[in-house]
Amino acid sequence: MSILTATDVEVTYPGAGSPVRAVAGVDLAVEAGEVLGLVGESGCGKSSLARALVGLVSPSAGTVTFAGEPVQALRRRARPRAQRRLQMVFQDPYSSLNPRRRVGAQISDAIRLSGGRTGSDRVGALLERVGLDPAMATRYPHEFSGGQRQRIAVARALAADPSVIVADEPISALDASAQAQVANLLVGLAKEEGVAVVFISHDLAIVRQVADRTAVMYLGTIAEVGPTATLWNDPRHPYTQALIAAVPTPDGSGLLPADLPGDVPDPSAPPPGCRFHPRCPVVQAECPTWEPVLRLQGPGHRAACVLAPDLEAAGVPVGAR
Amino acid sequence: MTGPGEGTPLLEISGLRVELPHRSAGMVPAVDGVDLHVGRGEVLGVAGESGSGKTMTALATLGLLPHGARTSGSIRLAGRDLLGLPARQLRDVRGKEVAMVAQDPRTALHPMLTVERQLTEHLRHHHGVGRRAARAEAEELLDQVRIPDPGKALARYPHEFSGGMRQRIAIASALAGRPELLIADEPTTALDVTVQAGILRLLDRLRRERGLAVLIITHDLGVLSSLADRLVVMYAGRVVETGTTAEVLTAARHPYTRGLLDALPEGGTATMRPIPGSPPALGAVPAGCPFHPRCAHARESCRQQVPPLLEIGPARESACPVDPYAPVPLQEVR
Repeated sequence: MSILTATDVEVTYPGAGSPVRAVAGVDLAVEAGEVLGLVGESGCGKSSLARALVGLVSPSAGTVTFAGEPVQALRRRARPRAQRRLQMVFQDPYSSLNPRRRVGAQISDAIRLSGGRTGSDRVGALLERVGLDPAMATRYPHEFSGGQRQRIAVARALAADPSVIVADEPISALDASAQAQVANLLVGLAKEEGVAVVFISHDLAIVRQVADRTAVMYLGTIAEVGPTATLWNDPRHPYTQALIAAVPTPDGSGLLPADLPGDVPDPSAPPPGCRFHPRCPVVQAECPTWEPVLRLQGPGHRAACVLAPDLEAAGVPVGAR
Repeated sequence: MTGPGEGTPLLEISGLRVELPHRSAGMVPAVDGVDLHVGRGEVLGVAGESGSGKTMTALATLGLLPHGARTSGSIRLAGRDLLGLPARQLRDVRGKEVAMVAQDPRTALHPMLTVERQLTEHLRHHHGVGRRAARAEAEELLDQVRIPDPGKALARYPHEFSGGMRQRIAIASALAGRPELLIADEPTTALDVTVQAGILRLLDRLRRERGLAVLIITHDLGVLSSLADRLVVMYAGRVVETGTTAEVLTAARHPYTRGLLDALPEGGTATMRPIPGSPPALGAVPAGCPFHPRCAHARESCRQQVPPLLEIGPARESACPVDPYAPVPLQEVR
């Protein structure tokens, strides 16, 4: 059983005109000990999906389950005990930590809220787990660099002994070497402690490095999902192909990355048929009239494109699903 | 050999030192003896982590340093020293000859002025372009930075756009004064890769078509690899390595540059190797080579003396006398 599942999840926000469907029907399952990368341009709905996964917004349709139980949207009361092991790390460690309290006290709060035993040794152990000196517990957030602050935010999430961490752009506000430190820390939690990590980022190069599986989102739906290496080496959706081609490589070759013209359209008025067709470099005649569904491309690899035919329907054996 | 960057450089910074007031330590150096030059039509990339002095070097060039900063050395634009220039003349240089794009689009645009006003005032003020022509040029620029429906966008205010779009408008506004030199400080860091690719292609085209010179500052070596002709790597206020982009990225000689490259994701399953520790804080730069506490090759001598920038090839310098990555001379291979 997957530790975290989303089934046909939709997230709708009331808009000035028509409501905005930021997430428009997503199925996703996250397994213990895996890092699932979630990529896509801004406005694709990845943050809305992340918030629905941890119960920060209530899905307008579909369900999210954590350890087999439906995730309840957070209200003004404390998080239900059953969901305390479902944690989130945010993008900006400057605003997610209280600037006026010592970091040790903030971690201590998190331990107490999760029903654990507090004490300086436990706080120290958590700081050590994220690669910081336990003696730093008495300092304030402003005394730390961005990368250190993000590690403190991870330590605070770890206080609840989480089985899932949803990290929304956890490294995009950090310097290159701090990025590597925080990314390695999250991967370590998955590999060594079996935590499932949902790693959301607009930086494909990082996701390629850290994620076991990658899901590519476009305008509220999943365009392609599969093992990271497969998706990177053999992308089937034109959107995935365009995203990969747009990443500049630091090889000194002087080659400019390929451009994908246009923007993610307004989610309150999505294009008819395939949502990507107005920007698609290989658009077909039927694309404006027909919304593709995810179809099997290989083991664990699915893509939603008319040009990516269904292996199952073709009768090709694909091994483990 | 002629090419971009040959002849008199458009921008020539030499011996630049910027000191900033510090809470407890008096004046502390943020930029400590930096030399660099950018030719017409050339793209110079400046790489390094936060606190390396990249941004202060850019701000010094524009005369926009924080209050109380002290500068020495020289910053010459087309032969004229900007450091000695009165404020009024410096204001004419900004916008007309040199423009800047900063990382944060929230502060780059005036919140109470329409996009049209912000994109046309340079043209009308500095270049005497008429209203109608300026509007047409602004619309064209918005289209180039991929703002949908540029005609309508001109009448709107910055808050009506998303962060990514505001950054693109800020880039358009910097280009609107038809500058000779664009200083871009992490211009695409907050943008999606697709939009970033479009901006990089736009800058490359302006460089080729109009001879625009670009000083681009970023920690993203992928961005530098695709756009920059030459690289300057900075650490703790000093230049530690220079060379052509290809040389620096494929045969880095300074341990810090190697560290930056090793910290990059490169595909496969290996984890990234971050540089241990953090860059020194302002006013707490260690004695000797500023990188020695984080360097795997540090020797006793590295703790004693600040290593000078040594010439290691044509237009190629490194500030590491240990030089652990030097190519092995042929006779020693045997």
